[in-house]
Amino acid sequence: MTTLTWRYRGGVAARAVAAIAGGYVLTAIASALIAIALPLPRADAVTLATLLSFVVYTCVILWVFATSSALRAWIGVVGASSVLGALLWIAGRAS
Amino acid sequence: MKDGLRQSMAWVHTWSGLLVCWLLLLVFMGGTAAYYKHEITFWMKPELHKAADAPSRVTPTESATLAVRELQQRAPKANAWFLDLPHERNPLIYASWTNPPKKGMTREERRAAFRTQNFTLDPMTGEHTAAPRDTRGGEFLYRLHFDLYYMSAIWGRWIVGIAAMAMLVAIISGVITHKRIFKDFFTFRPKKGQRSWLDAHNATAVLALPFHLMITYTGLVTLMFMYMPAPTKALYGTEQNAMFADVFPNAERVKPAKQSAPLADIAPMLLQAERAWGVAPTRIVVSNPNDANARVALHRPSGQQLSNIEPSMTFDGASGALLSETAPMSTTLDARAAIYGLHVAHFADTLLRALFFVCGLAGTAMVATGALLWGVKERQKYAKVLAKGGRVGFGVRLVDALNIGAIAGLPIAFAAYFWANRLLPVEMASRTNAEANVFFIAWGVAALLAQIRPTRAMWRFQLTAGAVLLAGIPVLNAFTTDSHLGVTLFGGPALRAVAGFDIVVLLLGLLLGWAAWWLGRKAKKQAAAKTPAQAAQTTPLEAA
Repeated sequence: MTTLTWRYRGGVAARAVAAIAGGYVLTAIASALIAIALPLPRADAVTLATLLSFVVYTCVILWVFATSSALRAWIGVVGASSVLGALLWIAGRAS
Repeated sequence: MKDGLRQSMAWVHTWSGLLVCWLLLLVFMGGTAAYYKHEITFWMKPELHKAADAPSRVTPTESATLAVRELQQRAPKANAWFLDLPHERNPLIYASWTNPPKKGMTREERRAAFRTQNFTLDPMTGEHTAAPRDTRGGEFLYRLHFDLYYMSAIWGRWIVGIAAMAMLVAIISGVITHKRIFKDFFTFRPKKGQRSWLDAHNATAVLALPFHLMITYTGLVTLMFMYMPAPTKALYGTEQNAMFADVFPNAERVKPAKQSAPLADIAPMLLQAERAWGVAPTRIVVSNPNDANARVALHRPSGQQLSNIEPSMTFDGASGALLSETAPMSTTLDARAAIYGLHVAHFADTLLRALFFVCGLAGTAMVATGALLWGVKERQKYAKVLAKGGRVGFGVRLVDALNIGAIAGLPIAFAAYFWANRLLPVEMASRTNAEANVFFIAWGVAALLAQIRPTRAMWRFQLTAGAVLLAGIPVLNAFTTDSHLGVTLFGGPALRAVAGFDIVVLLLGLLLGWAAWWLGRKAKKQAAAKTPAQAAQTTPLEAA
């Protein structure tokens, strides 16, 4: 049996939180933004954005585990959430 | 995690799959059974079999008129009436109604009341059939696969949704892990231990990959506005109902005018719908009967269309005038309805339905072989410890036990549910709950025994028990009803569902029996190769 270092375990835990919770937040923001950006009637935009959200979430989760370190994963998720969140806020103000 | 995309995806595949696999087995088995929920319900109400077998002598229109007459007597002030007329998968006339909820009634009480508010008519005579026993039939298995049980439906749906999302991640990462996905499908190396399990996992996964991917994604889509409310929030704010009205334009509800008006004759409406469609309506929903705002909605099966929204026509219940037809929807809304429709497969005819069922079984096998593979792989790390007579770690033992409890234990639970349907006294109070309790008691006992002794002997014992219980169902049916295989195989088309049920559970029982026999043979071979003491130490499937 190879014993796992605490460093490794911490990395896995950090990534899991980044993927599950961070990924959900990022997906929620991204799909809200997609809904606003789509040049479709409200009902269609909401439906299409919600349909796509599961694809976005899957991609985010996989990326979090594929990237080279837990720190990068967190920077990526938080960074993307902040940028898209800011856009969402601006879009909310503009409308 | 480790270096390389493929390695990290293999890691994600392993863990996202393992953490939810036992729940997924329940969801897969329940969902697979749900493709035949009508047939299962019919099988579980043997009192109806005789009436269903006789050819119909009243036309659908006459049968609807008869049912409406009875509803007028029994529930003139109902919120809504629901009528299912005889068609391909339904031999009888089912009527039910909902009453305005009384104050202080709990959800559970309302449901219990609703279950008593129904009757079944024989389309041959228009008379009442014998009262069927109280059972939720296939509906229980259908609800189980996304609502779970012993908890509020919302909790169940979130838990199943999380498991489905993990499954989606497991499928995509599993595909990325494979560099030769096409070649792997044609690779099977039997009797090679871990290799064989890996190949079996690959074959069941890849063979029905489009189905697995479809069923997981479409499953999430069925409840997508609940799982991901952010887009709705962004465009509709707090007016979620406005979104539902836009997205589901055909589900509009009309409030009663609180002004009584006699309900118009529905026979002309049925005729009008049949003339327009070329097929007779099979479902009638009358909302606010005997009110000025009464609405009569006629539905027909969606036929070959993918969409889950059945074409319908809505009439003014007081005047009998046609108000609207299913409004054509935008491409996006149609797409959503089609994706939803793919999950529930209402469009599937006999052959396609059977294919969906087999794909569901393949999905179950994929999850099961994946779960087993983890144990087999993990155990190799303990090869040296085991050789010295040591024990495997806590994790391996736990996974072994959960695997037995889910893979071998769940079929026992399903079988026990059907046995309970035949053996519990027909007059028993809250019989539907008792049937469900039997399901979970059987599963609980199996899971507990597995935790106490997660050994190969336990695998064999539970597989054998499942095999005997499932294969024994046709025998039980023969002893407890008049519609056993000897009758149903030679009966009318309505009894095919009963015969089909008996044959399918028999085949599934034989399959489990074969698995138990195969394990036993394996054990004998190993016992011959090792000293008896060592053989006793061997844990299940290690060298399988």
